[in-house]
Amino acid sequence: MSKVKSLQHRSTGSITVRRSRISPLITLSGAVVLVAFLSWAPWILPAATVSIFMNFFILVIMATMWNLLAGYAGMVSIGQQGFVGLGAYATLYFAIKGVNPFVAIPLAILACGAIALPVTFLVFRLRGGYFSVATWVIADSAMLIIGSIALLGGGTGHYLPGLTNLSPDQLNHYTYLATWVVALLVVVATYLLLRSRMGLVLASVRDNEVASRSAGAKVTSTRRMVYIIAAAGCGAAGAVLAISQPFIQPGNEFNLQWAAEMLFVSMIGGLGTIEGPILGSIIFFVLQQLLQNWGAWYLIIFGTVAVVVAIWQPRGIWGLLRDRFNFELLPVGYRVVAGKEVADEAA
Amino acid sequence: MADGITFQLEPGASVGVVGPNGAGKTSMFGIISGDIKPDTGTLSFAGHDLHRASVSARCRMGIGRTYQVPQPFEHMTVFENALLAAQQGAHVHGHDSYEMAYGSLERVGLADLANRPAGSLALLHRKRLELARALSTKPRILLLDEIAGGLTDAEVVELTTIIRGLQSDGIAILWIEHVVRALLSTVDRLLCLANGALVADGEPREVLASDAVRTVYLGGKIINEHGVA
Repeated sequence: MSKVKSLQHRSTGSITVRRSRISPLITLSGAVVLVAFLSWAPWILPAATVSIFMNFFILVIMATMWNLLAGYAGMVSIGQQGFVGLGAYATLYFAIKGVNPFVAIPLAILACGAIALPVTFLVFRLRGGYFSVATWVIADSAMLIIGSIALLGGGTGHYLPGLTNLSPDQLNHYTYLATWVVALLVVVATYLLLRSRMGLVLASVRDNEVASRSAGAKVTSTRRMVYIIAAAGCGAAGAVLAISQPFIQPGNEFNLQWAAEMLFVSMIGGLGTIEGPILGSIIFFVLQQLLQNWGAWYLIIFGTVAVVVAIWQPRGIWGLLRDRFNFELLPVGYRVVAGKEVADEAA
Repeated sequence: MADGITFQLEPGASVGVVGPNGAGKTSMFGIISGDIKPDTGTLSFAGHDLHRASVSARCRMGIGRTYQVPQPFEHMTVFENALLAAQQGAHVHGHDSYEMAYGSLERVGLADLANRPAGSLALLHRKRLELARALSTKPRILLLDEIAGGLTDAEVVELTTIIRGLQSDGIAILWIEHVVRALLSTVDRLLCLANGALVADGEPREVLASDAVRTVYLGGKIINEHGVA
């Protein structure tokens, strides 16, 4: 019976519901090793590799948030770069006001969440393609407004103050740790969110909003909550982006390229799975390193990969692996285990 | 769509709704469930005015419904479909929600398929899942929209047996159906709509035999004792 318990079984008397197919002990052990390695990385890896890791974590944060929005809640935004930019500029604003940039990260996250709330009342009036275009318009409007504020450097940009008291090594290590911790928190928080009752609501909204409402789900408030969380998460990505690349310009922070990268890695990794955007980000950086000397071919190959995956494997590479090996690293579903199966596993 | 329709449903009642296509039957369901906003009129449930209540709020109050075309959450499992309804509609949490969802699946004969993706189900099973999801919301009234449509005779018998079982639990049933024999074996009152208006309301066989109903719905044919035109 001990094995049954270790498999996260929830016996309810007549039935048993299982959330994970592998022992949490194995998952936890793997996670501890990974966390320990990535926490020590700046002290054991070359600076160039550490820099790639930082960019990787920033992309994981953005893609995880975009996947939560589009892959789970069915809101295909092409304006999340707006919150990346606002997160970066909120960090700059607080730093100008004398707040340590690292301390400004949570403040920037809160600011982006607060800005997202009124935005929902505007964009939630729209559906499908109209929603997507509206998010893009809002992101561009935010860029134009920020670019007109002299305090924040206007259109030419502003250097992030408050980092000069650190040595280059210290700055590099602290920035890496901030980026890594934010990425870890975002992935863990997303996992916990999707395992909660809200996760089931999100999955149902993605599949059929009408049926979700008629089953009693508070669809609009759930979507609003997710939009705010995704905005705050992208704001976090913007905040760590500002610290890792401390000359802040509207054209860089609000770049549409962020939205394209979020979409690309989520799609090739696997929409609607937590693992998908992470795997997609790994593939993205591996391809980037392999193809960096190929000039324009680099972008053509990226595009071809996206088209091939969209046509032949719309569930993404992780979807392919999951279906083939019947395996999930971060499971969020519910599986009913019949009495005999429980007995077999317990034996 | 639907105009001037007035009726009252008692707790535990079992009422069928018939009428030609375009009579306003599904529109009436939409108005009750909140999917359609009426231009005017009143709608109350257990003493509460439903005018401002959203679809999900009405569900949580105890109005469950199925759709004419089943609307499963295709990428979720059968169990997760029912679980969502139990957690959101019936507001039951944790282990109790598992029990409630599984109980609904057992009741409609889908327990063996609990871990199957809902998108892989055939029509009968999709209809059963539609019913199980509505049951998982712990309804006090259940709106069934042509749930027997497209099924074989044997499948209709299975479904009516399940629905009769619900009546014994005190769930009021309002059932739109063109398979008249299924209605006659189940309901104790029948409404007939045509052109958005209520044409008849009463004992099922009397309603089906009335001249008005024969004219608008059955084209003048007489229903025999098996409910066959």
